[in-house]
Amino acid sequence: MKKIGQNLFTYVDERFKLQGLFDFAKHKKVPEHEDSFWYYFGGIALFLSGIQVATGIMLLLYYTPSIEAAHESIQFIMSQVKFGWLIRSVHSWTANILIGILFVHMFSTFFLKAYRKPRELTWITGFFLLILFMAFGFSGYLLPWNELSYFATRVGTDIAGSLPFIGKWLKGFILGGTSVSQATLSRFFWFHVALLPLAAFTVIVIHVLLVQILGMSVPLRLKDKKVKEISFFPDFIYKDALGWTLILVLVGVVCVFLPWEVGKKADPFAATPLGIKPEWYFTFMFTTLKLIPSHVLFIEGEQLAILAFMAGGIFWMLAPFLDRKAARERPSPVFTWIGIIVLLYIVVMTVVTYTVPKL
Amino acid sequence: MERRRFINFFFGGSFLATLAAFLYPVIRYVLPPKQAEAVQKKVAAAKMGDLAPNTAKIFKFGSVPAILVNTQEGQLLAFSAVCTHLTCTVNYEAATGTLFCPCHNGRFDMAGNVISGPPPRPIETYIVEVVGEDIFVSKKA
Ligand code: HEM
Ligand code: FES
Repeated sequence: MKKIGQNLFTYVDERFKLQGLFDFAKHKKVPEHEDSFWYYFGGIALFLSGIQVATGIMLLLYYTPSIEAAHESIQFIMSQVKFGWLIRSVHSWTANILIGILFVHMFSTFFLKAYRKPRELTWITGFFLLILFMAFGFSGYLLPWNELSYFATRVGTDIAGSLPFIGKWLKGFILGGTSVSQATLSRFFWFHVALLPLAAFTVIVIHVLLVQILGMSVPLRLKDKKVKEISFFPDFIYKDALGWTLILVLVGVVCVFLPWEVGKKADPFAATPLGIKPEWYFTFMFTTLKLIPSHVLFIEGEQLAILAFMAGGIFWMLAPFLDRKAARERPSPVFTWIGIIVLLYIVVMTVVTYTVPKL
Repeated sequence: MERRRFINFFFGGSFLATLAAFLYPVIRYVLPPKQAEAVQKKVAAAKMGDLAPNTAKIFKFGSVPAILVNTQEGQLLAFSAVCTHLTCTVNYEAATGTLFCPCHNGRFDMAGNVISGPPPRPIETYIVEVVGEDIFVSKKA
């Protein structure tokens, strides 16, 4: 048995030249210190992305992207197909958990200043991944063609439409017309199963490759200290696998006790239901739009908010280049404070969305 | 010009031109073609007696929703039901006699003006005509 394994390995290695890869894995080390905990979130995100691909491919077997049949096909998956409820619930819950994990991953690398030279591009590709995964969430949300997702799409695409200069053009591109219709569903399906997966795959490869080439960063305050290291293989991978197992159990438990809902079929000629809100990770922006007055000085409140979020996003993306101190390996408390303020804003607005009903 | 630079320039330029020739159709393909929107000027929104006082009904006006309100005083008024903020469909709130948009709590009065919330502009009002039993709604010229 061992002999067969050995021969098989030699056969593959002679053709694929794997030895170099094994040597790399054998010698790779990962620093171990108080904040090492945060190193595991990227790996968890990678694992959850894998789950999304697997469950997404399975859902494709029964889902129909047409406004007459989409809602019915989801109902069919939930009630007729064996374990359909499980596959769909795993896909929907994991999507949400994945975005939560991405936020944790992003803020932890921000506070550890892991974005500093030479990891600027790791940060920027990571930022794009967050945007891409939010786009996955937004496009996937419409696919069941239910009431909530229908209106969320109307509001979301109208926000894109109110951008200066490119707004009208962008809205037309996203909607495939002037209103949320069959053309929109076709397009969102295309985004969700073709364009975004291709883009996300490419960016993930670059992101993870950069992490492998550059190794893990060590927090600034440990710069001159001797930091313990553990081997990437097998020690770090074992811990990674433990994290994956825990999160898989969490997903399983949530899906069994709270299967994802189907909702009411969308009716473009019905009033918007009361208490409507988007998925949780958009609520901090949504609630901002609710609270801002209709006009601030000479500009419409909504446009001001959108421009502010865009400017904030660009600033956030460029943090590695703006944080000159961290780039020179010096503490940069200003950026720590900026991070705290951004995090507080997102958390407070999100909590307010769900706790102040009359808002 | 040096020979080498000329060749680089020539091939580089041809490459870019070819790229543009490939990309242009792709971009145009991806942008949806313009479709003539059905412009509807007048629709039969409801029949007399469909609406009790202080209730409302959403109806199709061309490709967009509109709302017909029978006010507390029994007056028939019609509005676009598309909120001027971010295009949600408004409801008639009987308790206050106003149009309410649940998306970001926009509120309009029976003249279409914004009372509160983020909508930047008044909502469009339409003309209501009663012909026999039918209630017709049309756009203001
Ligand atoms: C699906 C999306 C993502 C996947 C699969 C992913 C995957 C990973 C993995 C496996 C690592 C190495 C382990 C770790 O540091 O946790 C990593 C590191 C990193 N990621 Fe991500 N990531 C994603 C999104 C993001 C986002 C949204 C950001 C921030 C904008 C980001 C920024 C970083 C940075 C700066 C590092 C380097 C950390 C260090 O060297 O200490 N990533 N990512
Ligand atoms: S869409 Fe009506 S208040 Fe925002």
